[in-house]
Amino acid sequence: MPTDSRFNRLPVSEKGLVSICIEGQTITALEGESVAAAVLQAGVRPSRTTPVTDSGRAPFCMMGVCFDCLMEIDGKPNTQACMTEVRDGMVVNIQRGARQVLGDDL
Amino acid sequence: MAAGIRTSRNGSDVAVVGGGLVGLAVALGIQEKGQQVTIYDEGDIAFRASRGNFGLVWVQGKGDSYPAYANLSRLSARLWGDMAASLEESTGIDLQLSQKGGLFVCLSESELSQRANMLDQMAANHSEGYPFEVLDHQQLKEMVPEIGPEVAGATWGPEDGHVNPLYLMRALLKRFTSLGGKLINSAAINSVQPINGQFHLHSADGRYVSDKVVLAAGLGNKKLASMVGIEAPIFPNRGQVLIAERVKHFLDYPTGHVRQTAEGTIQCGDSKEDVGFDSGTTTDVIADIARRAVTMFPLLKDVRLIRSWGALRIMTPDGHPIYQQSEEFPGAFLVTCHSGVTLAAAHAGPIADWIAEGNPDPVLNLEKFHANRFQV
Ligand SMILES: Cc1cc2nc3c(=O)[nH]c(=O)nc-3n(C[C@H](O)[C@H](O)[C@H](O)COP(=O)(O)OP(=O)(O)OC[C@H]3O[C@@H](n4cnc5c(N)ncnc54)[C@H](O)[C@@H]3O)c2cc1C
Ligand code: FES
Repeated sequence: MPTDSRFNRLPVSEKGLVSICIEGQTITALEGESVAAAVLQAGVRPSRTTPVTDSGRAPFCMMGVCFDCLMEIDGKPNTQACMTEVRDGMVVNIQRGARQVLGDDL
Repeated sequence: MAAGIRTSRNGSDVAVVGGGLVGLAVALGIQEKGQQVTIYDEGDIAFRASRGNFGLVWVQGKGDSYPAYANLSRLSARLWGDMAASLEESTGIDLQLSQKGGLFVCLSESELSQRANMLDQMAANHSEGYPFEVLDHQQLKEMVPEIGPEVAGATWGPEDGHVNPLYLMRALLKRFTSLGGKLINSAAINSVQPINGQFHLHSADGRYVSDKVVLAAGLGNKKLASMVGIEAPIFPNRGQVLIAERVKHFLDYPTGHVRQTAEGTIQCGDSKEDVGFDSGTTTDVIADIARRAVTMFPLLKDVRLIRSWGALRIMTPDGHPIYQQSEEFPGAFLVTCHSGVTLAAAHAGPIADWIAEGNPDPVLNLEKFHANRFQV
């Protein structure tokens, strides 16, 4: 996993650790933080590519507004990573372009 | 600045009031003839159908009891390809025009047979033929495998298509200004005064004079038309529209209710409500649109809605356009319609030619679009 992240965690009161799998690599995240925070900390760039021009994007507003943090989270495409809390064993992948729609989402 | 007098006798031969799709298309067509055109547009506070529509270039069923309107819609659809190509070449803007045919999906057998009868009747009224096909569920499923099990069938119109209406506006405006046309924004025209064969347009900022005036102000036309001796029975009709997230391409043809844009966006809607000048949205109508869309294409149940809006159609009592030169004040024209996307090519072509040069092309059947048809 790339480690060039310029995001550093502030010291926070004791929190549990969880493991999540991003693009096939396991990383450790803090309980209670968002997938977007974990992705930024882990240095995953881009976290999605756009449907029309395929250009790279990363989480931006961190508050559910800009939709630039869309990722595939536990098999669910186009999910806002900044609005999703990490969970032990979570599987996260980059959202590549437009999502497929097959009508078989859970 | 004190209210100035801007006499544009030398600068502007034709004033177009309204910078929506209708005004822009007509203005471009006249400017292309070498006449100097200025568009006056009210701005963002106005009701603007051109920014809220569904983007269909639609023929099937249009003018079902009015052959002149059916012919006009077909004429415009035929002219669309050339207009799009020329706009794309001159502006570099891809309008995303696709005219591979369109489907009107019917949920029940009775809806399907009613529609089939309507189109049969149209074919009977058009000696040169009126192309369409009626598809039962199986035939439709072969064309569109994603169609839902509850759908009865569809009617197919080979002349139908769709386009990105916002790129269309941008391209029309870019071409218009590149030819020397002028657009004045935030210029609500409060009155039009015919004086000595010319027209004085008054806005809060001043007065503009032109030899001809084209009223293309959408819902604003009702008030303005009466100032040049034309009675224009125009009223709003609301449509609500849903936009869902972009998904991988699955739908090859536009339908009357659901289409997928070139970028993959899903657009749904076709509600018709008589609610006056209220362009808002309501939960029940949106839920209804979404329910129908999912019945037609069950895979859409997984798709997230991004936004919705309401917009006002510009309707006449029979739903057909009004194209009319004032008898009392020649040089004043009224142009209004409720399918300004479909008719854009006719407006930029033969309608603009008629306004610029007189002598309407007989193919237009212009007398059929006079507002005197409402005075019975
Ligand atoms: C929900 C919906 C879906 C639609 N779907 C389709 C479709 O699929 N295909 C299709 O062909 N058509 C469709 N239409 C219709 C189409 O959008 C309209 O026919 C078209 O946009 C009308 O253009 P317009 O220029 O006449 O009106 P508008 O876009 O309303 O423009 C009128 C302009 O006039 C200006 N104006 C008003 N009053 C004044 C004034 N006093 N002075 C100066 N300027 C003024 C306003 O600023 C505005 O820009 C749809 C409409 C709606 C509402
Ligand atoms: S980062 Fe903006 S919506 Fe998630």
